[in-house]
Amino acid sequence: MEFARRESPYWSARVAVPSLMLQVLAALVPAAIAHVWFFGPGFIFNLLVASIFAVGGEWSMMYVRKRPPEVALSDYTALVTAALLAFALPSLTPWWVTATGALFAIVVAKHLYGGTGFNIFNPAMAGYVVILVAFPMHLNLWIAPRIGDIDYQYLSVLQTLTFTLTGSLPDTLGFDAVSRATPLDVMKSGLTGMRTVTEIRANPIMGDFGGRGWEWIGNFLAIGGFWLLIKKIIRWHIPVSVGVGLLLPATIMYLVDPGSHPSPGFHLFSGATILCAFFIATDPVSAATSPKGRLIFGFGIGLIIYCIRTWGSYADGVAFAVLMMNMAVPAIDYLTKPHIVGHDKTGGAP
Amino acid sequence: MSAPTFDLGKLHGGLRLPGHKSASTAEPIRDVPIPSQLVLPITQHVGDPAQPVVGIGERVLKGQLLAEPDRTLGAPVHASSSGKIIAIEPWPVARRLGDTAPCIIIECDGEDRAIEHLETTQNFMAAQPADLLSQILKGGIVGLGGAVFPTAQKLMQAQTCEIEYLILNGVECEPYISCDDMLMRERAAQILSGAQILMHAMQIDVCYVVVESDKPEAVRSLETALSELDDDRLVLKQVPTIYPSGGEDQLVQLVTNREVPSGGLPTDVGCLVQNVGTTAAIHDWIVNLEPLISRVTTVAGDGIANPMNVRARIGTTVQDVVEFTGGYAERADHLIIGGPMTGKSVTTDRVPLVKATNSILVVLKTSFQGRELPCIRCGDCASVCPIQLLPQQLFWHSCADNEVKLREFGLTDCIECGCCDLVCPSHIPLTANFKIAKGRIQELADEKARAERARRRFEARNERLQREKQDRDTELARQKESAKQAGPAAIAEILKRKKRQSEDD
Repeated sequence: MEFARRESPYWSARVAVPSLMLQVLAALVPAAIAHVWFFGPGFIFNLLVASIFAVGGEWSMMYVRKRPPEVALSDYTALVTAALLAFALPSLTPWWVTATGALFAIVVAKHLYGGTGFNIFNPAMAGYVVILVAFPMHLNLWIAPRIGDIDYQYLSVLQTLTFTLTGSLPDTLGFDAVSRATPLDVMKSGLTGMRTVTEIRANPIMGDFGGRGWEWIGNFLAIGGFWLLIKKIIRWHIPVSVGVGLLLPATIMYLVDPGSHPSPGFHLFSGATILCAFFIATDPVSAATSPKGRLIFGFGIGLIIYCIRTWGSYADGVAFAVLMMNMAVPAIDYLTKPHIVGHDKTGGAP
Repeated sequence: MSAPTFDLGKLHGGLRLPGHKSASTAEPIRDVPIPSQLVLPITQHVGDPAQPVVGIGERVLKGQLLAEPDRTLGAPVHASSSGKIIAIEPWPVARRLGDTAPCIIIECDGEDRAIEHLETTQNFMAAQPADLLSQILKGGIVGLGGAVFPTAQKLMQAQTCEIEYLILNGVECEPYISCDDMLMRERAAQILSGAQILMHAMQIDVCYVVVESDKPEAVRSLETALSELDDDRLVLKQVPTIYPSGGEDQLVQLVTNREVPSGGLPTDVGCLVQNVGTTAAIHDWIVNLEPLISRVTTVAGDGIANPMNVRARIGTTVQDVVEFTGGYAERADHLIIGGPMTGKSVTTDRVPLVKATNSILVVLKTSFQGRELPCIRCGDCASVCPIQLLPQQLFWHSCADNEVKLREFGLTDCIECGCCDLVCPSHIPLTANFKIAKGRIQELADEKARAERARRRFEARNERLQREKQDRDTELARQKESAKQAGPAAIAEILKRKKRQSEDD
């Protein structure tokens, strides 16, 4: 009897990249719902715009690179990039801003470096930084969270959609009327204005730890993140080390001078800390590979976030921190090669 | 002396794989009858081919020597039954390289008449260790775990080192394979007796009998045999069921917490590892004078109608073995000689069962699915690698064909266990890739060695020519100088003499 030949091993993995990415997307769903609850339907519009341009960009680049587009699209990585970008954006963002970010992420940061698996920089963060620099005003247009006692003029679904499509607000409302500073902005400007943390935290948008609404989104992101950890889709090294990198200096400074340094809890629940720890920094392609390397990578991100928030001119520094540590990955990987069994500890031959 | 106790060492990575062993262990080992034809490759071991000592048309008896190694590394081949040699020709075989190999083909007469060997060594404890070694050499015994390294040579190599432990490998970690399990259940006493022979021959004081925790029946039967033996030099050790702890180096690490150096052998860290099947074969040869002419093999997989363990004569074709067990299932897509992780896929069941064949596995195509996608550097491969390599980096450098980096990242240390393949979410055939890259590295090294030899030859020639020229020049200068010193009269004398000489010629 004749048989077909094959190479060993004769089993293959039960896991697959597409299902991993779908699970990452699923883990983001609770936080997405919370986002819509607190900040209105703008998130959905942003997500749609980002997804359309990310997928379109991916398809076009694969076509231009003479590769089968369906292969790249079938792994859902473009959708994950789009979702992360959407989480980073204020809910009121004109479509061209989102589109610029999504296209830069996929076309430049991903495909010009060789596509999935070859990009040095986290695509979503590269795209975010480009629009942060190109459209600084738009990325400051955060609205206030929908919490009963905050006095605020909310936009209707239609008004939000109109803004997304045209970039203009209803005639009766100015930018100043709808935009609210984020908790990190409030903290930063307050501290610059020589006020104490306690005074700043009296602002109604401040919650138990971070900002009201924001901290709830953080909770749901953490739930999704823990689920990914349990499912072993991400490993603990990066989330933990990002947390340590951020909270260690935050705790020290808070203990030394609580008046002018917000608590570690504030840092943890503000801005994109939790999104970064579980979903952004854990992007395996642009992260370090070995467990030790990942600890260094995550710690560096946390530390840089703290430095930017405390001494930098931006309120949050997640995107910059991630991109900077992305740059350090080749060096980290080189320096953290594990000891090969049977070799001496210096890595050379025995 | 009683064995010191050790905490089990820790192996990096590895996988807990579904065993799939219950189907083939439900029934005792069954004997495959004498086939009509036996196909005996002359190379069933690591090393040089054995040279046939019989001719076509010759009648041979069971146990008769058919081929003998003529160089240092090799093992003899014996006839597994009586009959007539009808051909010595290339035949399909399951090997790492190449699809066919020279085989001695015997048409069996069905009488199974055995050759008379010399008297047995029943009381091996009285025998000289050196005699035991040379006796083992003649039995055609090779490592039956699958590596088929000639046992006698392995022992001789081990004699040059200080060996503390004999480790009996009953860790059959690859899924589906259960031949060692069944052997331990049914022939524990012979296995241990073989170990005692080895301990005496090698003067080793401690023997660890290592079995995986998923083989309770084998453990029970070994415990019984051990208590009957009442030899406290032999100690039973159970290890967790993690693939690939049955690899020789991995087992040493697991049991003694010593790392076998890269490119080295377990003997470098004082360990001698032998498969349980090998020690049973040693017992059969030394005590019963039956050379290695049969072995237990597992016939299993979804493409097999009745999975079971059989004892078959070496040289029985896979076709005959499978037929005996009840044939193939409705669908049978791939025939694999060996386990599902490291076995060799062959295209025909005409290949013979050889000393290395621990399993005949027939699997379906549906067992593997999924399109290959780009590596996302998730690092899961690195976390399961028992050698602590970084397969994703190796893959990257193998795509770039970067020999320096491949060496730096330890490609040559890869044991090809296949763990990385099994966890890769991008379904990249990593192990296959590494095998090819290893081959290329070897080629490059060979080429370099050749170039280096040519360069040295060239340089040596240049040097020699230079030296000869120099010698000539100094000799000429010396002659000139001495002539000058002798003065014009002497020069005239010399010239006259030269002239006379040329006239004489």
